[in-house]
Amino acid sequence: MMIQLDDVTKRYPGGQEALSGLTLSVDKGEMLFITGHSGAGKSTLLRLIALIERPTSGQVIVDGQNTRRVKRRKIPAYRRQIGMVFQDHKLLYDRPVSDNVALPLVIAGVGHRDASRRVRAALDQVGLLHKEKQNPETLSAGEQQRVGIARAIVTRPKLLIADEPTGNLDPDLSLEVMRIFRRFNEVGVTLLIASHDISLIDRMGCLRIELDAGKLVEHEEEDHAWQ
Amino acid sequence: MAMTRHSDAVAPVHSSGPISIWFLRHISTSIGSLGRLIRQPFASLMIVLVIAVTLAIPAALNLVVKNARAVSEGWDNALDFSIYLKRSVTESESEGLARLIEQRADVETVHLITASDALEDFKEQSGFGAALDQLSDNPLPHTLVVRPSPANTSQSMIVLQEELANLPESDLVQVDTEWVQRFHAILDMVRQAIVIGASLLGVAIVVIIGNTIRLDIQNRREEIEVTKLIGASNAFVRRPFLWSGFWYGLFGGGLALGLVQYGLFLLEQPAARLAGLYKSGVTVVALSLDESLAILGIGVLLGLVGSWFAAARHMRRIEPR
Repeated sequence: MMIQLDDVTKRYPGGQEALSGLTLSVDKGEMLFITGHSGAGKSTLLRLIALIERPTSGQVIVDGQNTRRVKRRKIPAYRRQIGMVFQDHKLLYDRPVSDNVALPLVIAGVGHRDASRRVRAALDQVGLLHKEKQNPETLSAGEQQRVGIARAIVTRPKLLIADEPTGNLDPDLSLEVMRIFRRFNEVGVTLLIASHDISLIDRMGCLRIELDAGKLVEHEEEDHAWQ
Repeated sequence: MAMTRHSDAVAPVHSSGPISIWFLRHISTSIGSLGRLIRQPFASLMIVLVIAVTLAIPAALNLVVKNARAVSEGWDNALDFSIYLKRSVTESESEGLARLIEQRADVETVHLITASDALEDFKEQSGFGAALDQLSDNPLPHTLVVRPSPANTSQSMIVLQEELANLPESDLVQVDTEWVQRFHAILDMVRQAIVIGASLLGVAIVVIIGNTIRLDIQNRREEIEVTKLIGASNAFVRRPFLWSGFWYGLFGGGLALGLVQYGLFLLEQPAARLAGLYKSGVTVVALSLDESLAILGIGVLLGLVGSWFAAARHMRRIEPR
């Protein structure tokens, strides 16, 4: 099991409950979409997995690691094991594309020569090798998102989480991004993607679960996903 | 655990060991921080200038005290001796003794204060004139004031003092050190005041650098958030800011050295003229290598402390949202 949530509740100060008693598991090598209206708890779920937040109650276990036991000091090391893709890319615009992609390797202390080789490989995988020297600002939204994906996979994580990765993209670009995700999944990466683009997900023929008000909406076809 | 195995894949590879990786990381971070300062030359220069002036002021004052001390050290060898002669020695014997002593090579002049002169002076200065008139006998001895030649060393001064004390006519030999001691006490106090002032200025530098780094952190808040989000530790995000503090301190210290040296250069001519007028061999004492390194070191230390405070205080608060 790559991700396991056990009766997870997340309540924000003020009493608003983003997740209520959510139980869910994602197998290794799975590519799973989470859908639902905004405010349904999709982002909160990903934030709990990335340890940006901690659950009010319940357990989140990622690759055998109970996040409750990850001490504050150990959070950076924990996060380095997960690739993260964001709706707004979260690129740094004061440095070229290659430096953006290299950042996780720099943080991990990978030597310069090895790092530049891996950066090129990652950029090649998202089809942006020819733009490595450019500033991300000069890139289109779709290209920027692909830089964000290259950065997320450059450390070869086993788990990749993405929060509305196609949220700002038109259908063509969205499909391209999804195909890139699919290719990673084919080489064994587990993906958990929050998205509201149901038509695209169905077109890709991917598994999806739906959240509503912090709870799973039960559908027959995704039955396996929370068993 | 699977995760641990996985993180090995990310870990450094082949030839370079963890130490050299750590070292290389610091080198590249330091160069990055330096580049950042250079890209904002005006803002960086202002801060460096403030630090330099703040360091240069106490350094220069300290140098003034050091020079004053060097000059006054020469005075130790030019102090007058007072030889109080025994009461049995007559005035004419005293005059003879004065001429005798004056012939010594290590003595420049001898001046006789007779007992009656001394009593007159005392009457005038003390205000006990009427009371002293009642005395039937002058209780004061004749006194020889001996000015040693300036060629004396502190060693030969001791010899001279002993020989004068061993004269059969001499009762007591006194060295007029009081005013030099007072002067030295004043210098000590000034030096102490400089240390206190310098400490306060040091606090000011820490605050200036801390505030600069704080603004820098605020400006780069987004970058810090993103790097933390993808797994950077507090130490990692802190590092470039510590290096900025280091560079500010180093350049500030370097410029302070330059300012002090330039000040010395400007004073060289007048000092030479002054020395010429006094026919003394006194030259301006410059900063020693140790002192120069200390200024640089203090600059760097204050830079690091300031940036560390700012980074420790503000970095923790910036967490990914």
